[in-house]
Amino acid sequence: MNKKQKKVLARIILAAACMVVFSLLPVEGYLRFGLFLIPYLIIGYDILKKAWKGILNRQVFDENFLMAVATIGAIILGDYLEGTAVMLFYQIGELFQSYAVGKSRRNISDLMDIRPDYANIERDGTLEKVDPDEVAVGDIIVVQPGEKIPIDGTIIEGMTSLNTSALTGESLPREVTMGDDVISGCINMNGLIKIQTTREFGESTASKILELVENASSKKSRSENFITKFAHYYTPAVCGGAAILAILPPLVRMLFLGLSPEWSDWILRALTFLVISCPCALVISIPLSFFAGIGGASSAGILVKGSNYLETLAQTGCVVFDKTGTMTQGVFEVSGIHHNTLPEETLLEYAALAECHSSHPISKSLQKAYGKPIDQSRVTEVQEISGNGVTARIDGKLDVAVGNDRLMQRVGVAYVPCSGTGTLVHVAVNGTYAGHILISDLIKPHAKEAIQALKDAGVSRAVMLTGDAKPVADAVAKELGIQEVYSELLPADKVSMVEKLLGEKATGTSLAFVGDGINDAPVLSRADIGIAMGAMGSDAAIEASDIVLMDDDPLKIARAIRIARKCIRIVYENIYFAIGIKLLCLVLGALGIANMWTAIFADVGVMILAVLNAIRALRIKNL
Amino acid sequence: MKKTYKIDVDCANCANKMEEAAKKTAGVKDATVNFMTLKMIVEFEESQDPKSVMQNVLKNCKKVEDDCEIYL
Repeated sequence: MNKKQKKVLARIILAAACMVVFSLLPVEGYLRFGLFLIPYLIIGYDILKKAWKGILNRQVFDENFLMAVATIGAIILGDYLEGTAVMLFYQIGELFQSYAVGKSRRNISDLMDIRPDYANIERDGTLEKVDPDEVAVGDIIVVQPGEKIPIDGTIIEGMTSLNTSALTGESLPREVTMGDDVISGCINMNGLIKIQTTREFGESTASKILELVENASSKKSRSENFITKFAHYYTPAVCGGAAILAILPPLVRMLFLGLSPEWSDWILRALTFLVISCPCALVISIPLSFFAGIGGASSAGILVKGSNYLETLAQTGCVVFDKTGTMTQGVFEVSGIHHNTLPEETLLEYAALAECHSSHPISKSLQKAYGKPIDQSRVTEVQEISGNGVTARIDGKLDVAVGNDRLMQRVGVAYVPCSGTGTLVHVAVNGTYAGHILISDLIKPHAKEAIQALKDAGVSRAVMLTGDAKPVADAVAKELGIQEVYSELLPADKVSMVEKLLGEKATGTSLAFVGDGINDAPVLSRADIGIAMGAMGSDAAIEASDIVLMDDDPLKIARAIRIARKCIRIVYENIYFAIGIKLLCLVLGALGIANMWTAIFADVGVMILAVLNAIRALRIKNL
Repeated sequence: MKKTYKIDVDCANCANKMEEAAKKTAGVKDATVNFMTLKMIVEFEESQDPKSVMQNVLKNCKKVEDDCEIYL
């Protein structure tokens, strides 16, 4: 609690104690009035002061003014205890609200605990802590075990494991060594590393993410705008209702029914209206729910760029995927070796040796799969036949041909076609077929589960778009369980495809596009919701999308939708609950069934419950 | 031109009132108050001096909610 809150708490305790003692004293009349004035002024002096200033500024529907009118009215009518209690509970409610909001502000900044406080710079053999803002691009910083990397850069000395959980929600440490790019916000776990910075602090990943999350709740959702509008009309309407209630029924009773007007009874009913007229519960709980939802999501490595996107995401009915880099890893790897007459390793060795001078992605993946250093002196007479492959002599005795169908035809070797999809590399040794190596883009480990999770989350339509060839696309879609797939699309075709799908979707649902963000920018912005994956460190992706998945796990898509749904559910619970209880109390108050105490519950009780409910949006562990 | 200011205000409804008051100030194209992060983002109209406009924004905000502060 801060100083201001402690002061209010002390006043609350003091006033409550006075009230309890005084209400037990057997005093009546002016003495009782005088006694109750003490706790009333202790608890309410600032409200009265603000109310007075409100009058001077012509703010009639200011809640301080309304509270002042309601409580003074009750006291004039002789309900000293109720009048003081309304003020007391109003202050309790305000204190609780400010405490809860402050607490969730801190909770969320703890979740996003990636802001580095300092950077170490080595000067004359000693480490010096400096403000990260002062570090220029190209400077060398030292990060000790247990410290956060303050600025993006490249490791120039040392190796270590990095804890990226604050950024990605992934608890598995990442091994890095010299030459690797590292991003700010990761925690160095065990080794001392020196980093040459590649960006300024303000442009570094950690700063960018914090800025993004902090600004996210400034983009207001439809529900927030609705509540602001509602509050705008609600308070004047209820006050008007109070005025009518105070005047009309007594007049009717007096003039038309010949009954006594009972002014004080009706005025008291009108005062309960004023107590209920404060829209605080609604106005605080909605942005708080969104704030908590965005904070919770970011702790799972899901960055939501605005409350409005959370709302749209919750309505997702159709998810459109890009293939390469989103559902597949986007790197080519050896996925199989078939019909080989030699041991697999030997076959790979020959292929890697023959291709050792080539920088083609295929030859790179062959070299990677072989995994051992290549002695180029073993390879002679290399001949690269463009569009076919390579022939070479290995160890001076083996004539090896490595390439596609056309190369085999060219060297006159009968080859075996493959039933798998991907790029096929045949290997022939000394004129005989030795087998083929299948190279394909690997499907991500969680991709299949991710599609199932989306279906479980109620997404009715999953579509895959790709620029890749039809057989490859169809095979991937089949393996993942995606029914709809459109292949061989140019980037512009993807946009028109998404537009077509946008036209087909049911009203009230939204379409999400998931891509790796690098070349999908137009589609990401065209869809209702653009989700970029694996965006850690990629500015372009963060810029173009509405939701950013920090790592490249497709399972997070369904998780993001579930988090959004929970948050929106809480928002609606709060809207219906708060408006419902308030309206109910208004009706009961008008009928004379609900008294001042009920009104206090409708105001303060509802607010406390709504705030507690809103904070639930932060809890996303089981989603 | 857009600028962000740190603010201090106690209740969410007051924040909404500040937003409305800021929006109505001459020279302000649009304004957003984020109660959760206690920030006011003001978009100024072309050829307006943010400093003098913000003085008026502060004055108007004080009118609707006395207990508020904008750190200029």
